[in-house]
Amino acid sequence: MASGSRSPLTAIRSLLFLAGLGPALWLGWAALTSHLGPDPVHTIQAVTGLSTLVILFVTLAVTPVRRLWHWNAIIRLRRMIGLFAFFYATLHMLSYVVFDQSLSLSLIIEDSAKHPRVFAGLASFLLLVPLALTSTDKMIRRLGRRWGRLHQLVYVATAFGVFHYLWVVKWDIREPVLFALVFLALLAFRVRPRRTGDIRRRVSEPSETPAPVTATEPSLRPES
Amino acid sequence: MRLRRPPEIRDSEATDERLYLNRRAFMAAFGGVGAALIAGNAGPFSMPRLLDARPGAGRWFSDDDKPTPYEDITHYNNYYEFGTDKSDPAEQAKAFRTRPWKVEVAGEVKRPAQWDLDDLLKSVPVEDRVYRHRCVEAWSMVIPWQGVSLAAIIRKLEPTSMAKFVEFTTMNDPEQMPGLRRPILPWPYVEGLRLDEALHPLALLATGIYGKPLLNQNGAPLRLVVPWKYGFKGGKAIVKIRFSQTIPVTTWNLAAPNEYGFYANVNPDVDHPRWSQARERRLGELFKRKTLPFNGYADQVASLYSGMDLKANF
Repeated sequence: MASGSRSPLTAIRSLLFLAGLGPALWLGWAALTSHLGPDPVHTIQAVTGLSTLVILFVTLAVTPVRRLWHWNAIIRLRRMIGLFAFFYATLHMLSYVVFDQSLSLSLIIEDSAKHPRVFAGLASFLLLVPLALTSTDKMIRRLGRRWGRLHQLVYVATAFGVFHYLWVVKWDIREPVLFALVFLALLAFRVRPRRTGDIRRRVSEPSETPAPVTATEPSLRPES
Repeated sequence: MRLRRPPEIRDSEATDERLYLNRRAFMAAFGGVGAALIAGNAGPFSMPRLLDARPGAGRWFSDDDKPTPYEDITHYNNYYEFGTDKSDPAEQAKAFRTRPWKVEVAGEVKRPAQWDLDDLLKSVPVEDRVYRHRCVEAWSMVIPWQGVSLAAIIRKLEPTSMAKFVEFTTMNDPEQMPGLRRPILPWPYVEGLRLDEALHPLALLATGIYGKPLLNQNGAPLRLVVPWKYGFKGGKAIVKIRFSQTIPVTTWNLAAPNEYGFYANVNPDVDHPRWSQARERRLGELFKRKTLPFNGYADQVASLYSGMDLKANF
């Protein structure tokens, strides 16, 4: 797991890229072969919504994996993973805007004002937009330390996403509850080391930054 | 008792299932995203309808009520006794035994009795009824039912003058119904109607779809259909009919009284607390269409509720 070895990382990156495309490729195949089921739009929304949340969790799992396995290089994969989450969030939101609301802004505003689940979904998506826009090397360099603070919005966006899922489900909330528990576990990991004192790694400024790993991320990115 | 007006979807409009199968084959052969996405909609020649698309119009394809394909009606089911996924009932209900079948008749009725289902249905004519079916989850279908008029059955059972409500209790057999092994809802599933609602000529006890005996996942052998109400009012696999003076305690109302009322009349103006009921997605269509008051049966049934506050009595 030495951070220097680039070629295994490239292989993992390729695999992750294919995995990230998986749900979209399946949807494309299913659309072409009439496998989207009796309610195709619902299938599209379920697949894109679940993919968004799962991939957001993967981005939040990068830090735990990196710390537990002392695998710093994994951080170089996080941008691509995060952009996949944004990709599926965009498809999900577009399917709602186009198919559910027929592109009517007034219907969308009314729906999100009246129904928290819609509001949570839209909020989650809108919070991801600045993160995607500032994911370029140029923006990372330009924003410097503020980049890390900005990208802590991912926690808020994911929380909105988890609530969105809880409220969307009609009755059987086992799956959304499982998602909420995973999210809480990912959050708990970030609290734990500060309480117990992390002896495995150097923590440069623990008092200053609530999530040290996020804050130090830009310097760990490839400079290319 | 005769209908003042025929149901808006005439039985003659029910397309023969073979035509649907041919159409599906055409779709498969035609291929392409568009064809796949409109599969189940208005037929092979509906592509030009895409050009009629008007944002905000709510109906981008057809405004007819073409019966939903048999395959979709039988594989997209809410029937929690067999699992909470729409595809679970078709899978889990295969071995469900529907004969012999007893229906207990109890409460405010001249002769409380255990009826054999076939005896109960004997001498009551089976009718074709093509009804819109609107789920509380904001999707809908059009289903060509066969069944017996609930009013005819009630008259046969002879409730007493004390009867004000009818309660339908459904099968509660965890051996055969895996969903019952979890207390996800207060089992057994119970639904009910006011007696005058139950006597309305549109209310049906269904025994078939598309001219075939009802499949287990659709509520075989006997299932309540009340087309102006949300689908959950239609109890499946009915084992008991009880007439009562007091309002029945119904399952969804008991589980979530703020989300599911006793009446559950389709009403675009009364949202579910968590989602809008103003529009619905007809299976097979991409874009949502407007939901109609009383699911389009207002002319026939609105008088049942004259003077009632439909927002309070949702």
